[in-house]
Amino acid sequence: MSFRVINSTFPAGHYYFSGNEAAAEGAIAAGCRYYAGYPITPSSEIMERISIRFKDVNGVFMQMEDEIASICSVIGAVWAGAKAMTATSGPGFSLMQEGIGYAALTETPLVIVNIQRAGPGTGQATRVASGDLMQAKWGSHGDYYIIAFSPWSVQEMYDQTVDAFNLAEQYRVPVFLMGDEAIGHLRERIEVKATLKVFNRTKKKGAPPFGTNQDNGIPPMPAFGEGEKILVTGSTHNEIGIRKTDDPETHSRLVNRINKKVLNNQDKIIQTESFYLEDAEVIIVSYGFTARSSLFAMDQLRKEGKRVGLLRLKTIWPFADKIIHEIGGVARKIFVPEMNRGQIIGEVMKYSACEVVPYSQTDGEIIHPHQIMKELRSIL
Amino acid sequence: MARDLEEYLRPGLNSTPFCPGCGHGILMNLILRAIDELKISMDEMLFVSGIGCAAWIPSPNFNADTLHTLHGRAIAFATGAKMFNPKLNVMVISGDGDLTSIGGNHLIHAARRNTDLTVICANNMIYGMTGGQVASTSPLGAISSTTMDGNIYRPFDLCKLVLGAGAPYVARYSVTQPLSLVGAIKKSLTTHGFTFIEVLSPCHTQFGRRNRYDSPADMLKALMESCISKEEAEYLTKEELKNKIITGEFNDGGH
Repeated sequence: MSFRVINSTFPAGHYYFSGNEAAAEGAIAAGCRYYAGYPITPSSEIMERISIRFKDVNGVFMQMEDEIASICSVIGAVWAGAKAMTATSGPGFSLMQEGIGYAALTETPLVIVNIQRAGPGTGQATRVASGDLMQAKWGSHGDYYIIAFSPWSVQEMYDQTVDAFNLAEQYRVPVFLMGDEAIGHLRERIEVKATLKVFNRTKKKGAPPFGTNQDNGIPPMPAFGEGEKILVTGSTHNEIGIRKTDDPETHSRLVNRINKKVLNNQDKIIQTESFYLEDAEVIIVSYGFTARSSLFAMDQLRKEGKRVGLLRLKTIWPFADKIIHEIGGVARKIFVPEMNRGQIIGEVMKYSACEVVPYSQTDGEIIHPHQIMKELRSIL
Repeated sequence: MARDLEEYLRPGLNSTPFCPGCGHGILMNLILRAIDELKISMDEMLFVSGIGCAAWIPSPNFNADTLHTLHGRAIAFATGAKMFNPKLNVMVISGDGDLTSIGGNHLIHAARRNTDLTVICANNMIYGMTGGQVASTSPLGAISSTTMDGNIYRPFDLCKLVLGAGAPYVARYSVTQPLSLVGAIKKSLTTHGFTFIEVLSPCHTQFGRRNRYDSPADMLKALMESCISKEEAEYLTKEELKNKIITGEFNDGGH
């Protein structure tokens, strides 16, 4: 199975959407036909729009009793053949963690949109942060790997939701769209194209759904009701789904494969965008909403003749280690502004040889361009 | 007779995983008998279970699509599968701790929504798999590994709970009432909407031994003596009803 080009469900053209509305439309365009969610600020508009728009496309919308039920019913629907999604914010994302681990171990493709707000705890429900990035990677217990995007525009809320579904289907893995309050509620013009590329999960009658002969292979995925008599379990299982809860080899093979199938394909998954990396003395590594401020700051300083560059991480996980390693070899300093206490900077430091300068802000506000400019001037 | 149910079992499996004296093997038999009598194809069945001994009744034993889920969440998983593909005949089989304690919220909400699921709760009144801790269904005074001085909290009346949430078919039987139980499973499979059967199933290993039942047979006998029909119960005083378990259909689904 490979990518197919399909017609957009929404008429092609330019629209003035909020980020949350764009994510809902992107999901529908990618073929999402099951959505379960629970109200939570600042992501609720995704659910509201889906609840209306699913009537046009014969989708199944469920408002569940909590976020645990939301993620679990999404997994149930995916095994019944659906492309499915849920959206939430910090507290709900925390509640979903056990389900995320289940999805990772059972290789269930699904998409979660996390419109991050200022935590921990209930924190500031209506304010912005990007404090859930490490949670996205490590939130559930045990060793597993997921894919996470970090959109910086309303257009990307649409495009990356489509990409998220495609990667989920391709690699049979949970994929997260790690937006934030600012991008979820930002309104701007986006373009919906007449066609888009989608990937639908591979099916092969009679093939084992939980293993291949390759240690990084992605097995085909049947659905309930197709007569395949599928055995799905969140316990350690062999390639046909029989529980093997005390066999060291089965456990090690399974855990390694569900990690390797993502990590061995990371060159195809990781997306970055580069600005003036060739001659930059200081490179900003930035993602999400903050990358907008970083771009503005870079442009201003360039006009003053300062050699500033920008590497924008469009995907957060798997981490763009190779390009960080490269820029760490040429730049004098790397500057990492983040709306958290410093999460991605740790990864940047791991892979770069040069000095890495943090800029952390956890006050529920966006980081403004003038703040970045001021900091950059002091280190240039 | 036994061999004619073999087609319902996943090939290659030779025995149930249950302890000697466990009631779950009887329940497993009765569920398959009901499906056989209704001539429902296993190709259209989806069995969903949570975590615990009862969750192993369908997974991996039943030769159908089976979804063995997280602790407490079977009904939430089942809701997603059923809502997306209504052609699936979805049966949830799990234990009392799973469905009514950690998963209690999903149980009452699925009943409230009247989601078309058949839910069979194998109630052994104890956390069996984890070593016999007290459950929200353990009787007052029950000795468990976490209540060595006796349980001080009232148990849930599961049928009243699910009735209160609006389920159209609610019944309670013990594995010592096999014919009634097969009838109830058949009704629940043919009733549209949320149907719930509480099945009393003895756990001698974790409950019986600690609560002065000398053998699994003694526990079964005690269950037979304490189970009375709701019709009989109408003639008994409050005092006489003490330590009795009322069985029957509490909402008959219009049958």
